[in-house]
Amino acid sequence: MEIFGIWIAALLTLCIYSFLYKDNLFYRFAEHLFVGMSVGYGIVLSVHQGFIPFAWEPFWAAVKPFWPGVPREAGWSGLWKLIPIGVGLLFFSGVSPRHTWLIRYPTAILIGFGAGLSIPNVLRANIFEQTRGTVEPFAAVHAGTLSGWGIFEAVLMVIGVICTLTYFFFSVEHRGPLKWISKVGIAFLMIGFGSAFGNTVMGRVALLIQRVDFLINDWIGSIF
Amino acid sequence: MLKTIQWIVVTLVLCISVSTVFSQGLTPPLNVTAVDTANDDGSSITIKWDAAAEDSGISGYQILRRIADGELETIGDLLPVGTTTYVDSAIEGGTAYTYVVRAVSATEATADSEQTAPVEGSGEWFHTEKTPLFIAMLLFSAAIVWNIYNARSGKEVFVRRIPGLEAVDEAIGRATEMGRSILYVLGLGGVSGVATVASMTILAQVARRTADYETPLRVPCNDPIVMNVVREMVKTAYLEEGHPDAYNEENIFFLTEDQFAYAAGVDGIMVREKPATVFLQGSFAAESLILAETGNSIGAIQIAGTDSEHQLPFFIAACDYTLIGEELYAASAYLSKEPMLLGSLRGQDWGKVLIFGAIALGVILELSGITWITTLLQRVN
Repeated sequence: MEIFGIWIAALLTLCIYSFLYKDNLFYRFAEHLFVGMSVGYGIVLSVHQGFIPFAWEPFWAAVKPFWPGVPREAGWSGLWKLIPIGVGLLFFSGVSPRHTWLIRYPTAILIGFGAGLSIPNVLRANIFEQTRGTVEPFAAVHAGTLSGWGIFEAVLMVIGVICTLTYFFFSVEHRGPLKWISKVGIAFLMIGFGSAFGNTVMGRVALLIQRVDFLINDWIGSIF
Repeated sequence: MLKTIQWIVVTLVLCISVSTVFSQGLTPPLNVTAVDTANDDGSSITIKWDAAAEDSGISGYQILRRIADGELETIGDLLPVGTTTYVDSAIEGGTAYTYVVRAVSATEATADSEQTAPVEGSGEWFHTEKTPLFIAMLLFSAAIVWNIYNARSGKEVFVRRIPGLEAVDEAIGRATEMGRSILYVLGLGGVSGVATVASMTILAQVARRTADYETPLRVPCNDPIVMNVVREMVKTAYLEEGHPDAYNEENIFFLTEDQFAYAAGVDGIMVREKPATVFLQGSFAAESLILAETGNSIGAIQIAGTDSEHQLPFFIAACDYTLIGEELYAASAYLSKEPMLLGSLRGQDWGKVLIFGAIALGVILELSGITWITTLLQRVN
């Protein structure tokens, strides 16, 4: 059975890699299989990790006391959970063209919730933490514990942050000193992107090596 | 012989006496308090006690908990001797708990503290440690609201040139002239993602132009909710431009939620339909280069934009124009020229001025040995 799995994985890997030559029947087969299976898997996952624990179980717990023959011990306390379930059901209004507009309500709640949750986190991580990281080394400069290279790095960091931020000023024309400051900012950005590019490419090469290793050792190794 | 036996007996008695003295002398933890943990959602209680003296013989602490009149139960592992605080996160709201801290010696002798007063966990509405964050939010919001107000009252707001966005009309025109479609990829973000929301507002502007030119606009979606929102936005754009008949709902479709299956599917669409223009706007991850490279290989003009900083290098390398980070957020204001968005953009610039001020002040204060700015920022985090 394990050998069967290795063969399937190897052949599908080769089907996907055949795209490097050009679009072909094998790639199309692997692509459609991949997309179809991922959708099927996603649906099963959504039912088990989303629908059952967050919709069906709270719904059943809320309506169970009102079911004929069931003792009414739980009372009304669980009924409020029907509100979010009802709001979620509005997503299905897209099925009826006349009622599609109802979809705006759950969408607005979701976007508002997402923005409310993410904005303070963005402020904290991207602004507060960045500001602290830029300023903090100067405490060590004051204490005299930073080497000459460390002082250079601290100053470079301040210059980089200020110049890069200047590039992202949109409501003023970038001319005169502002133009040059933002050009330095872009240079800092490109240096950063260059290093990130190299770093990620190395990671991708590692993934390729892993796949080639699978093909050579696990697959071809299983034949000979 | 008798002397030897006497000697052994005396030694044994001495050993037993010493160990008894030590076990009896184990000081119980002092000043044990249990309080509801501040600034939380009511899901924990904090227990504190005084540090033991170095020669106390204590090798660790064990926390014991009692619910109402129940039995004392041990919770958590043995804590190292230097510990003076324990947070019990396994509590239920509305239940009173009492705690005992047990000092344990190397010989497993124990000494229990006094039992604490009963305490319940309760959630706080306001996280006092995050007050600076709240003030910063208020300041930013005030700057944005003020600028929106100004923009709406007719005050002109300047927006600098963004090359990637100036190419939007050119890219749409090219697709129209070639009689090919435009592919708009929103990336992997959900409907509540900031980059996805920004991308959808750009898409609405692109849709207005494609409605005018009657150019097919194809949008494969990674998220079914995003798909529904996008359908609504594009439909509205077509209606407002007076071309409701040109809107085709089937051009905005759900592909899959899986990252690489989505990339494989979009690649397939690219090579088979050969769109003249590809927009890659939103939140992207490792699939970014796969998409951008395929778009490049079919000769499409590509305009990318993302706030995922690790993917930006790939877009810069493989696309014709790239919106870097916040340019993606500025794009909708730039394209639509709506006063609300323009005012918001200007408000964000004011926020950046505040950051400049904070950095400059912070550097000066730190160089003078005053660390309250970093301390404040540390507390918020």
